[in-house]
Amino acid sequence: MADSTRTIEIEVLRYHPEQDTEPHYQTFSVPFADDWSVLQGLQYIKDDLDSSLSFRWSCRMAICGSCGYMINGEPKLGCRTFLRNYYPNKVRVGPLDHFPIERDLVVDIDDFIGKLEGIKPYIIPREPRTLEQGEYLQTPAQRDQYEQFSSCINCLLCYAACPQYGLNPGFTGPAALALLHRYNADNRDQGWEARQEVVNAEDGVWRCMLVGYCSEVCPKGVDPAHAINQNKVNSTLDYFGVLKFLLPKGATK
Amino acid sequence: MSATKPYVRPMAGWWRRNPFFMRYMAREASAVFLAIYAVTLLVGVFRLSQGKAVYDAWLAALTSPLSIVFHLVALLAVCYHAYTWWKVMPKTLPMLHIGGRRIPETTLSAVGWAAWLAASVIVYALVRGL
Repeated sequence: MADSTRTIEIEVLRYHPEQDTEPHYQTFSVPFADDWSVLQGLQYIKDDLDSSLSFRWSCRMAICGSCGYMINGEPKLGCRTFLRNYYPNKVRVGPLDHFPIERDLVVDIDDFIGKLEGIKPYIIPREPRTLEQGEYLQTPAQRDQYEQFSSCINCLLCYAACPQYGLNPGFTGPAALALLHRYNADNRDQGWEARQEVVNAEDGVWRCMLVGYCSEVCPKGVDPAHAINQNKVNSTLDYFGVLKFLLPKGATK
Repeated sequence: MSATKPYVRPMAGWWRRNPFFMRYMAREASAVFLAIYAVTLLVGVFRLSQGKAVYDAWLAALTSPLSIVFHLVALLAVCYHAYTWWKVMPKTLPMLHIGGRRIPETTLSAVGWAAWLAASVIVYALVRGL
């Protein structure tokens, strides 16, 4: 490792709510090996340079969705972004855009958690099957209709990529609407009516202006912009009273 | 628990922060030229209903340098708008499958671009009487 160790400058946005009136950048010199992620750089800072640095992380392998930061202005997961790709230039790390900064790289995501609950992220069958009726059956083709939308890890990169959410925080937003579509697109679910208020609202799919950056930054290929924009068509059909004829028989509240 | 003091960052100048946002704004702005061109064309139809002399005067006005520059700019803007329109169009469609395989978005956009090109060639040929 020693011969491959280089030193990179990492600028981190610092905000200490009890001392600062606004955030400021602080630069750290971090020796790194070729396989070091930005997250490992932050961990080095916390362990060896400044233990007061606050940031969220957990799994280190793009599964948990905790380490989303703005890295050189782009929303990325710290664990799958590598320092070698920025060297010899500086790399600038900030908290995810469009969320209030709680402290350093930690943002307040309460708003998103509320929206996540609001979309009823669970299967709503018309009539729950009894044990005697057995399991819900699903073909691979039926599963394909929702599988990619179920890959969301709630890392919120898409919210940091969405200027609409920054300008109108009331917007339900990419991840929540993609997950809403994940359930609506599941053949075991007949919950359109239970979720239609969220979809059809001005802050629902119609707030989206199809910037499309959410799908670009998603580390899991969820494509929230696709989920949202095909539901503009569904919402229109619903408005004209056509959708209920197209839904699988017997949608439910 | 109530001791938090979250800092909310301003959104001013948001679209200059990222090239992706700048392309988005260019896409939206190009529609303005499309609208102005449509209004110009509507005025022409209205002038036609007022008689030959008035219509000829409208045609003559179109040959002014200012008008020609506008039409060149509008042509470029409309081309960019049409390109981006087909590019994002697949996002509005449900998942489409052929023979059990999903049609990629790039294929859908390419079909759109090809149709746009074909329609442009046909319309041009019709107008030119080829």
